[in-house]
Amino acid sequence: MYAWIWRHLPGPVVVRLLMSLLLIVLIVLGLFTEVFPWAERVLPFLQVTVNQ
Amino acid sequence: MRGVRAVVRGIGELFITAGLVLLLFCAYQLVWTNVEANREQSQVSKSLSQRWSDPQAQAGSQLHLTTADFGKGFAFIHIPRLGKNFTKPIVEGVRKSDLARGVGHYPKTALPGEVGNFAVAGHRATHGEPFRNLNQMRKGDKVVVETKDTWFTYIVDRTLIVNPSDVWVIDPVPGKKNVAPTQKLLTLTTCNPRWASTQRLIVFTHLLTQQPKTAGPPAALITAAG
Repeated sequence: MYAWIWRHLPGPVVVRLLMSLLLIVLIVLGLFTEVFPWAERVLPFLQVTVNQ
Repeated sequence: MRGVRAVVRGIGELFITAGLVLLLFCAYQLVWTNVEANREQSQVSKSLSQRWSDPQAQAGSQLHLTTADFGKGFAFIHIPRLGKNFTKPIVEGVRKSDLARGVGHYPKTALPGEVGNFAVAGHRATHGEPFRNLNQMRKGDKVVVETKDTWFTYIVDRTLIVNPSDVWVIDPVPGKKNVAPTQKLLTLTTCNPRWASTQRLIVFTHLLTQQPKTAGPPAALITAAG
């Protein structure tokens, strides 16, 4: 999977490296702002109110 | 043979990715939610202090909270047992987004100093974790609620561990349905055990004294500071 992505990124190594970094940043950002808050609502951890 | 290898490698990479995502989720819960909550709480505190010091705002006007006030701060809670300078904003509402901004007031329960049960909830872990050490509360401990013009000093009666479905703890008279309240109570709720939510930790308190802000901070806070 990672090798596949690397092969399909265009340009010389430096450009690919920068694009990979950008990709990682975007994915982490997406996880922190969208996926994790959603997961937290769905998972039954850490609820503090009665009857909620 | 090459095909099999590719598949095996692909599966391995998936597992590694899943592990990394789970690690990130832990980092999000343990670190990031606290960073966000602390930022939001200091904003709530700041805007509340500003509103209080605004001379245009009517002095002594009755506090009245509606669904439009969800997430807005209206008081501060001080608990000397949880730290010398333990102060958190109390916001209206107990939705996830409200609790990320401070200690949340159960809508429709009493307000500070009112007859009935002023019930609040707070996180024990993550999201600023205001009630992290709520299990340390003991009978006789003071809890001070600060509104625009009044200090309310509550005193702890008892702590209790209940099931999440035990809504009675925030009733006007806890444990007694259809009884008109006469006492002024404050009830704190959080999760128990700290890293799970199979139970709720409840701290029952009742109003001991109240004094206007002009009279200076109450004894419970002065002795705590000294």
